[in-house]
Amino acid sequence: MSATRPDPAKLYRPKMPATWWLKKKSYFLFMLRELSSVFIALFLLVYLYQIYQLTRGPEAYISFTQKLNSPGWILFHLIALLFAVYHSITWFQSSAVVLPVRLGEHLVPRQTVTALHIGAWVVVSVGILILFLALKG
Amino acid sequence: MAEPTITLNVTRYRPGQDKAPTTQAYAVPYKEDWVVLDALNHIKDQMDGTLSYRWSCRMGVCGSCGMMVNGTPKLTCAAFLRDYYPGEIRVEPLVNFPIIRDLVIDMSDFLDKLKSVKPWIIRKEEKPVAQGEYLQTPAQLEAFHQFTQCINCMLCYAACPVYGLEPKFLGPAAIALGYRYNMDSRDQGQEQRAVLGNHDGVWDCTFVGECSVVCPKDVDPAAAIQRSKVDTTKDWFKSILMPWGER
Repeated sequence: MSATRPDPAKLYRPKMPATWWLKKKSYFLFMLRELSSVFIALFLLVYLYQIYQLTRGPEAYISFTQKLNSPGWILFHLIALLFAVYHSITWFQSSAVVLPVRLGEHLVPRQTVTALHIGAWVVVSVGILILFLALKG
Repeated sequence: MAEPTITLNVTRYRPGQDKAPTTQAYAVPYKEDWVVLDALNHIKDQMDGTLSYRWSCRMGVCGSCGMMVNGTPKLTCAAFLRDYYPGEIRVEPLVNFPIIRDLVIDMSDFLDKLKSVKPWIIRKEEKPVAQGEYLQTPAQLEAFHQFTQCINCMLCYAACPVYGLEPKFLGPAAIALGYRYNMDSRDQGQEQRAVLGNHDGVWDCTFVGECSVVCPKDVDPAAAIQRSKVDTTKDWFKSILMPWGER
């Protein structure tokens, strides 16, 4: 078969530009999804550090949480939250592709699977928020 | 009144003469029922016989005429001029492949990868013809049927940035076809398709998902790859938990 192959010396090999992910909306959204993991990881590190402060006693913990009230930290948490929400939505969209759901002979449409996942996620999130507010109050 | 025309900006590359591809503009007659392939055939027949491109069936079956149309991988036999008119159309060879000449790409890499997944039914022991055919229920057929629709047009490879960045990646169509045979109840060759589960197999995929978007036959390679990841992971856990069990 190799006899039928083109002469490699005459081939033109185009290079992929470093800006490939800016060329198409879907590529850009994919990169945002990948980037979301960085912000979620950073948030978790901050959160772990916060728990560590708890082990150092109430003063250390309170002084750290006060630092987190600064506009810079609030902005960081807001960005991390937006990325976490975006990541979760793409996760539920992906789940519907990876795990097809069957009811008898019929395949449940992907949009329905995603919508049910997101619905359950919202209910659980609101539940946790209510529990948190009830415990706080 | 003069006949309306539409401009096609076509990539030209003459091996051995050009250092890099250039673009040549052709003003072809605009006809509402023409597709990009009709326009290319008009150029070849009436304007410039030196233009090279692949095509055969012109009805979305053979998978030969895939090109980049305004930056999107498409079968040019299914890309109507009316969807672009009065704008211009940019026709380029499929990206992520070396260019042989003009719009013709080198598909050797894809053919090697396709062969490596052994896209045929493998039996541990063939039964004689006299014993009859291998029967399947509709549900068993349904498990893999959509993946049989692949026409090897390679649009999914052109849409896949992972393949562009990591040429060793087995790629969407080859994985989808390997998966198709693994899911076939008549097949017993899963162990011979271990290439699917390798690092350059399913695990290179980061699930951009564009392969499934551009597929002209509604095959879903992205789903095949992600499901293969789940299957490979399950097999791995089984091999750890039950080293002597049959997989």
